[in-house]
Amino acid sequence: MTPDLECADLTKQFGETTAVDNVSFAVPPGSFFSILGPSGCGKTTIMRMIAGFLDPTSGDIRIKGKSVLDTPPNKRPVNMVFQHLALFPMMTIAENIGYGLRRQKTPKDQISRKVDEALDRIGLPGIGGRKVDELSGGQKQRVAIARCMVLEPDVLLLDEPLGALDLKLREHMKIELKALQATFDTTFVYITHDQSEALVMSDQIAVMNAGRFEQVGTGQDLYYRPDTPFVAGFIGDANRWKGRIERVEGAVLEMRTETGLAMRATASNDLSAGDMAEIFVRPETIRLAASADALADFDNQLQGTVTSILFNGAASRVLVQDSVGETLEVTLPQSGEFSGLHRGDTVHIGWGAAQAICFGGGA
Amino acid sequence: MIPTIPQSRSFRLVYGGYVLLFFLYLALPLTVVAVFAFNDSQFPSLPWQGFTWNWFFGDSDPQIGVFHERGILRAVGTSAIVAGCVAMLSVAVGMTNAFLFNRYEFRGKGALYVLMLLPLVIPGIVLGISILIASSTLANGVWDVAQLDIQALRPGLLLVVLGQFSFITTIATLVITARLQKFDRTLEDAALNLGATRLTAVRTITIPFLMPAMIGAVVVAFLMSFENFNTTLMLVGSDAPLTIAMFDRLKEGSTPLLNAVSLLLMLGSSLLALLVILFQRR
Amino acid sequence: MRSHARIGFVLLLTPLVLWLGLLIVIPHIDMLLISLRERISFGVYETSTAQYQKALTEPLYLRTFWRTAVMSVLATGITLLIAFPVAYYIAKMAKGRLQQVLFMFCLIPFYVSELVRTFGWMILLRETGIVSNLLQWTGLADQPVEMLYNDAAMMVGLVYTSMLFMVVPLVTTLESLDDSVIEAGYDLGGGGFSVLREIIIPHAMPGIVSGCIVVFMLSLGNYLTPTMLGGKDSLWFTEMIYNQFIVRSNWELGAAFGFMLLVLSSVIVWGMLRLTGRTLQETMG
Repeated sequence: MTPDLECADLTKQFGETTAVDNVSFAVPPGSFFSILGPSGCGKTTIMRMIAGFLDPTSGDIRIKGKSVLDTPPNKRPVNMVFQHLALFPMMTIAENIGYGLRRQKTPKDQISRKVDEALDRIGLPGIGGRKVDELSGGQKQRVAIARCMVLEPDVLLLDEPLGALDLKLREHMKIELKALQATFDTTFVYITHDQSEALVMSDQIAVMNAGRFEQVGTGQDLYYRPDTPFVAGFIGDANRWKGRIERVEGAVLEMRTETGLAMRATASNDLSAGDMAEIFVRPETIRLAASADALADFDNQLQGTVTSILFNGAASRVLVQDSVGETLEVTLPQSGEFSGLHRGDTVHIGWGAAQAICFGGGA
Repeated sequence: MIPTIPQSRSFRLVYGGYVLLFFLYLALPLTVVAVFAFNDSQFPSLPWQGFTWNWFFGDSDPQIGVFHERGILRAVGTSAIVAGCVAMLSVAVGMTNAFLFNRYEFRGKGALYVLMLLPLVIPGIVLGISILIASSTLANGVWDVAQLDIQALRPGLLLVVLGQFSFITTIATLVITARLQKFDRTLEDAALNLGATRLTAVRTITIPFLMPAMIGAVVVAFLMSFENFNTTLMLVGSDAPLTIAMFDRLKEGSTPLLNAVSLLLMLGSSLLALLVILFQRR
Repeated sequence: MRSHARIGFVLLLTPLVLWLGLLIVIPHIDMLLISLRERISFGVYETSTAQYQKALTEPLYLRTFWRTAVMSVLATGITLLIAFPVAYYIAKMAKGRLQQVLFMFCLIPFYVSELVRTFGWMILLRETGIVSNLLQWTGLADQPVEMLYNDAAMMVGLVYTSMLFMVVPLVTTLESLDDSVIEAGYDLGGGGFSVLREIIIPHAMPGIVSGCIVVFMLSLGNYLTPTMLGGKDSLWFTEMIYNQFIVRSNWELGAAFGFMLLVLSSVIVWGMLRLTGRTLQETMG
């Protein structure tokens, strides 16, 4: 099946700086594809090139197999939901949604029928006569999507559209966006710097850093099997240690950290003794225990003192300082077993080598 | 039609060319006025007779320069005095107006605000004649009652100042109000909290904050007064401000002397404008 | 209101009331009263509408009145047409330093007296002027051409004089239009013309209205430009007011003219505001 959107060796330079560096990817029809990266990584540049507001320095952009490089933005079969939505404040909601149809010279009666349909689909029937500033943030969001969807684009681009919303609404809109995508059955390309947005909604996520794609995969891939230290550090939280590898036994290796601890971890790529490396361990993979005996099965064990308890409901954590003075973040189990934990208590912590991922070159 | 939308090369060329033409149109009259100030001829027109500084520094007939021409110098002095008075008065009243509209809620505020804006939409000449009529009516009344002839109420500099003040105050008010609206009133509350009285808080916190707008308003008022023609024309007496003096000479036929005056005016006002911009950027 | 707040209020209100009362309201009432009287003999006046009857029946007066109105509307329209693309260029096409410099260039000519600007056009357009010489030099004319003292010259001067007051409000409103709104217009399939018509112009409407009002007022009330650049036939209504007051000393008729000008400008400003559903505060403040 031809991908709906395909970028091949896409590069964009602004003077000396390379904003997008040789990026290739393909988005299969009907999927929700996210580009996730910190601000300034080049994700907005990619999106503006797809929409036609920037010309790539080199490379190709194909939509349904056809190159659109020579197509101006108003003729491309992609539509965009802008960061601040860019609803036309001088028009009513119905006029906003009908704008693109009027450009296509659709007959008036068809326009009003399609606009009504679109309003029904986004669950806001009957608001067509209202002004843009009479709507709530979430409603505007849906109108901005409907305004694009009435044109039945091959690809819908969304440029961090949830950024301006408050936290509660953002959580709600994540679910709603995913549902809307299923309703419209259109390919969505979504860019964001918020990993939770990307993880919750996407079929596929590309993690972008400094103009390049670090890894493309499902949320689970990125979270549990990161390819690069950047991905491991960017997605989710992790405790990190740098050091030199002392021994390698198959996939398991042993590293001496800069602070002098010995640690066992799983290699993500080829590493040999003497290499500099970095180990990532997620807080929720670390087991907390009152005595060392309970942790006998774990490859790595430490003893430490609780320096702080960060209560945050289901996401509560404990900060534990180990014998060499490093502070680790450990997830606080919700079983009630540690509800009496206090600052200054001595605890034992441990984790398996399989849960610690080691990347080379962390010098 | 913004840079991110691809446009054909020819469109961009035509558009750029149009904008260039526009700026030529803007610059053209001022440029010729400036250039012909240096023409060594009795007329500010072609043919070019060679370069001379005489229209600035010449002291003998027929080329008496600006700096030796008593009539013009006196008119500049008159204009400066008038403009100074108008600037001070209008900025002072502009300040009180700004505080009134910003700090107080009272009945009829909206209507009073509209009334305050009106001088901007009344033609200058009408402002001039209405003040002329009112002051003459008053002077005639005083004469009928007390046989006193109050010269100040007859056309002359006082009426010119009042006439210009009547509409420049609106502009000063708008400039200062705009800045006062941006003022964060919790700063004043903080000053009160730290032991200042209300008046001290205004003096030490609010006024310094308003300073750029006040200086801007003084300069704008000064320039507007200096350049005013319409209102002044109706109220002027025997002491003519510069614009009126130049107008009278222009009607009689122009010499490059007028170009020289104009050039100095341009330099002076650009310098003032530049000062304001520099001051406000600081 | 506490007592010291009350004192402050009165202190602040006084200058405003004095200013508006003594210099705006009372003089206009005086003007109205004077226009409503007729001189019977020396020092003897009677209340009548004779001045207005004279103004409305004498063909020259009436013709000048309407001509001034129509020409001012025309000047406003031309100024808008010329200024809009330039304002758009400054607000949306030029970026950074260029934008600031262009905007400054727009302002500079207007720090210079209107008299100087008019004088510049006289040097350019008169029989011995630059344009005439240029035409002879290029062979387009074989004798000096007088381009001054006609309606076209006057129009050039009027448009030039009011340009700033159109460009500045336009630039301000156009700048407030987010680039992404224009991009969205294109993204949804709009072309240059439809984006201009449906997005840019509706957004710029407040600027267009306030620019037009100010330019119209300035043209209507202009005295210098029609006097210096206009011909014998291009009599302006302000010139008639001046003539009645200063040359003929017929203050009664002059005041009536003044009132007619005031009513005309108020009606047109009010009409423009009504048409676009805006208030004077929004537009001027």
